[in-house]
Amino acid sequence: AEVSCTFATDFEPSLYTVKAVLILDNDGNRLLSKYYDTELYPSIKEQKNFEKSVFNKSHKADNEIAFLEGLTIVYKSSVDLFFYVVGSAQENELMLMMVLNCLFDTLSQILRKNVEKRYLLDNLDGVYLVVDEIIDGGIILESDPQQVIQKVNYRTVSEPAYGFVLFDYITGNTEGQGDKSQNV
Amino acid sequence: MRHSCMLLLCWQSDISGAPNTPGLSQYDIYNLVICCSQARIFNETPINPRRCLHILTKIIYLLNQGEHFGTTEATEAFFAMTRLFQSNDQTLRRMCYLTIKEMANISEDVIIVTSSLTKDMTGKEDVYRGPAIRALCRITDTTMLQAIERYMKQAIVDKVPSVSSSALVSSLHMVRMSYDVVKRWVNEAQEAASSDNIMVQYHALGLLYHLRKNDRLAVSKMLNKFTKSGLKSPFAYCMLIRIASRLLEETEGGHDSPLFDFIESCLRNKHEMVVYEAASAIVHMPNCTARELAPAVSVLQLFCSSPKAALRYAAVRTLNKVAMKHPSAVTACNLDLENLITDSNRSIATLAITTLLKTGSESSVDRLMKQISSFVSEISDEFKVVVVQAISALCQKYPRKHSVMMNFLSNMLRDDGGFEYKRAIVDCIISIIEENPESKETGLAHLCEFIEDCEHTVLATKILHLLGREGPRTPSPSKYIRFIFNRVVLESEAVRAAAVSALAKFGAQNDDLLPSVLVLMQRCMMDSDDEVRDRATFYMNVLQQKQKALNAAYIFNGLSVSVPGLEKSLHQYTLEPSEKPFDMKTVPLATTTVSEQKTELAPVASSKLPEKLAPSRQDIYQEQLAAIPEFQGLGPLFKSSEPVQLTEAETEYVVRCIKHTFASHMVFQFDCTNTLNDQLLQKVVVQMEPSEAYEIVQYVPAASLPYSQPGSCYSLVRLPEDDPTAVSCTFSCTMKYLVRDCDPNTGEPDDDGYDDEYVLEDLEVTVADHIQKVLKPNFAAAWEEVGDEFEKEETFALASVRTLEEAVNNIVSFLGMQPCERSDKVPENKNSHILFLAGKALRLFVWASCNIVICVMP
Repeated sequence: AEVSCTFATDFEPSLYTVKAVLILDNDGNRLLSKYYDTELYPSIKEQKNFEKSVFNKSHKADNEIAFLEGLTIVYKSSVDLFFYVVGSAQENELMLMMVLNCLFDTLSQILRKNVEKRYLLDNLDGVYLVVDEIIDGGIILESDPQQVIQKVNYRTVSEPAYGFVLFDYITGNTEGQGDKSQNV
Repeated sequence: MRHSCMLLLCWQSDISGAPNTPGLSQYDIYNLVICCSQARIFNETPINPRRCLHILTKIIYLLNQGEHFGTTEATEAFFAMTRLFQSNDQTLRRMCYLTIKEMANISEDVIIVTSSLTKDMTGKEDVYRGPAIRALCRITDTTMLQAIERYMKQAIVDKVPSVSSSALVSSLHMVRMSYDVVKRWVNEAQEAASSDNIMVQYHALGLLYHLRKNDRLAVSKMLNKFTKSGLKSPFAYCMLIRIASRLLEETEGGHDSPLFDFIESCLRNKHEMVVYEAASAIVHMPNCTARELAPAVSVLQLFCSSPKAALRYAAVRTLNKVAMKHPSAVTACNLDLENLITDSNRSIATLAITTLLKTGSESSVDRLMKQISSFVSEISDEFKVVVVQAISALCQKYPRKHSVMMNFLSNMLRDDGGFEYKRAIVDCIISIIEENPESKETGLAHLCEFIEDCEHTVLATKILHLLGREGPRTPSPSKYIRFIFNRVVLESEAVRAAAVSALAKFGAQNDDLLPSVLVLMQRCMMDSDDEVRDRATFYMNVLQQKQKALNAAYIFNGLSVSVPGLEKSLHQYTLEPSEKPFDMKTVPLATTTVSEQKTELAPVASSKLPEKLAPSRQDIYQEQLAAIPEFQGLGPLFKSSEPVQLTEAETEYVVRCIKHTFASHMVFQFDCTNTLNDQLLQKVVVQMEPSEAYEIVQYVPAASLPYSQPGSCYSLVRLPEDDPTAVSCTFSCTMKYLVRDCDPNTGEPDDDGYDDEYVLEDLEVTVADHIQKVLKPNFAAAWEEVGDEFEKEETFALASVRTLEEAVNNIVSFLGMQPCERSDKVPENKNSHILFLAGKALRLFVWASCNIVICVMP
């Protein structure tokens, strides 16, 4: 049951809008990346090269939009995180911007405005679910942050528990389940 | 595994004051194998949702980092995960769906979760239904799809938007795999399109279009319906605009079409996204007039002052596109564009400047160029190429500005940049040199400096070739020798060989340099590479003869044969071993012209396909004619003319003729098309009556000519032998054939037929049919080579010609010869011009130097 993305080579009208979504840290390391166009960068090596050149081009100045390797890239940064949405050269830049804003605003609410690497990693499951609700196989599924939050219905790991959560990870401790009781 | 360690170290540093926390040394907790073994926690009772969530998150994280996952481990983890469906923790369930999607390709037997997913898809929990559909469709194949078809149809029209959207989007993903099944859901999709939810509307429209896109009428109806009823979703509007502009393009609809009106009306939509989509669609339409562009340009102008960078970028990028074809339409935005040249987003600034360079006046060029040079190092290669393209266009528009441009380009050459960027600059400098003789020396000097430190072999050899061609004719050729010889010492084989060829050209043209060149050549004969040694030895021997004719033939003007032709002839020669040496004269000559040779500047986002050496048109004809038995033994094809129409357009039969010239014969190829659907023509020939001493040898008929299927018949004619100067001839032509009436519907012909004929227009054979274009890069050397005794001088009056350009064009097309040294380009405000032409008649080369003078008749 292989789902093959039908990104048109010429500009045929299609719902396939987003070619990739990336979240990198401030050293350019990949925290999350989804390539929806399977033909774009088929191997991990090519993907990481692309991410490197995107990061090098964007991390110094917060310019919001760039054109690289024949692709339109809109981006946004917050503290130590960089968010990117990639589309074809012909894609409507504002549509890509809608996706980026939706992703950013939703995560900002879920992480209670702490859009930083450590909070993001603490709530990585929530981040996966958010991305999954915004884009499905390159198609924009939802662009309204409120709708996304409602659909994901995610309970954030609260801040004070952070150290314990990590500790649990490592020691395999099963205690302390009450940490996550706080709802958004 | 390196990434996992890095991540862990980051975490470690986050926890201040806990450097020796026990357990933190276990780097491998983020190792997939361990992770999978931890998946046994899934089997614990009761299920601990939090710990299971962590493990699922870890698995997805590691997969995303590119960690390799063995099939056995993946399958084990996958099977363990299925147990988590027993838990009712929402986030855990959702993470299970994600894991299923992520592992669909790595684990075996993923279909075991089908029933769990189907249950969730049709269950009461709305939060599960949409995501479950999407996960299910990800693991479903065509046969299983039929089993869930009923649920899919219901889901598409479900009143919960997330369910409907998920079903529509998943259907679209599956169209490629199971078109025939998904096609049956078109009514449900139609119903979903009238949903109140904007995303459902958008997804339904996308699916409907995809199912109907090959049926133009259905697309047209759909557009009609939605443009009238109006949609709520701005995404759907963008999609409609795209569909409408595509349909306009396909049907070549005029701009008075309702579709165009619809797109134009979207310029007044309240969403910027839709307005921009509409403006962009109008700008990209072919054949838009300035008046039709105006409303689109004015909304783009407004966007130029938007606080949103993406909108400014989109606007200026689109305006840049308009400026390429209609610079005047953009001049109204010049002030807004001026404000953007200091934009902190360098991409926007670059696009603004290059647009202004296209629309602005000559006086603003210096200022704009200065502005660009201040930040050219900050922009990406793609945009640097855009800048170079703008400069190249500018040089053609304002030739007087070439010194500013040249300076700028040389600075860009020194900067870092990839091959495409450097190639664009080199091509641009070369074209400036060719257009402006006074810029030649500065240009060559910049290129010389560039090859001193150039990593691109292709560019180095190209520049060396140019130096060899142009350098010897400059006032001080000796200064280039050093640069060229440095290459022989320092570079790779290909560059060294090119340098040797360039050196030889200096020696051949400049007598005072010859002794030094011979010394250098002698050194090259010691080179470690065969090709370099061979070239040096060859040129050394030619140069030592000190004969102009030899130099011209073997140094300045190399092979002028067509490369595919040469390849084929050589192959043929090796197939039939013979005592006779290979005869170069049997190879057809190259027919490329200078304009075709000039490489176009690569557009942004160019394809990276290697250029193939396509066989020329003449090579194709040669092959086609050689396949006809009657034309065996005519020798190599000398020249094929452009097609000549022998009938009016839209007549019963359409006939055009291509004249093929051989050594002592001509073959006329008549391409005939029968446009009558109630006739079948058979045994078609074109009978020819020559006005001169040409002899018709044979007709080769076209056996049958059914309705609208083109066919060819041929006439073979012998050239008059006794008088080779009588080349021009007029043939009157009549097409003769057997008609069999037939049924227009079935094409079934009657048994009987009757003879008929059809008079065609006269066919002219002219001087040009006997002369082939030859490319001679160095005309003067070739002219000298011939010598005075073969020169003939005559004066002709070109009575009907008014301008020098017209005269040049007429002479070139009448003689069918190749203009050399760009002499077909007439400088402005001159009243005399010299045109150099080169050609090859059947047995000899011809050179013509035409001095054209305009005389005002009293």
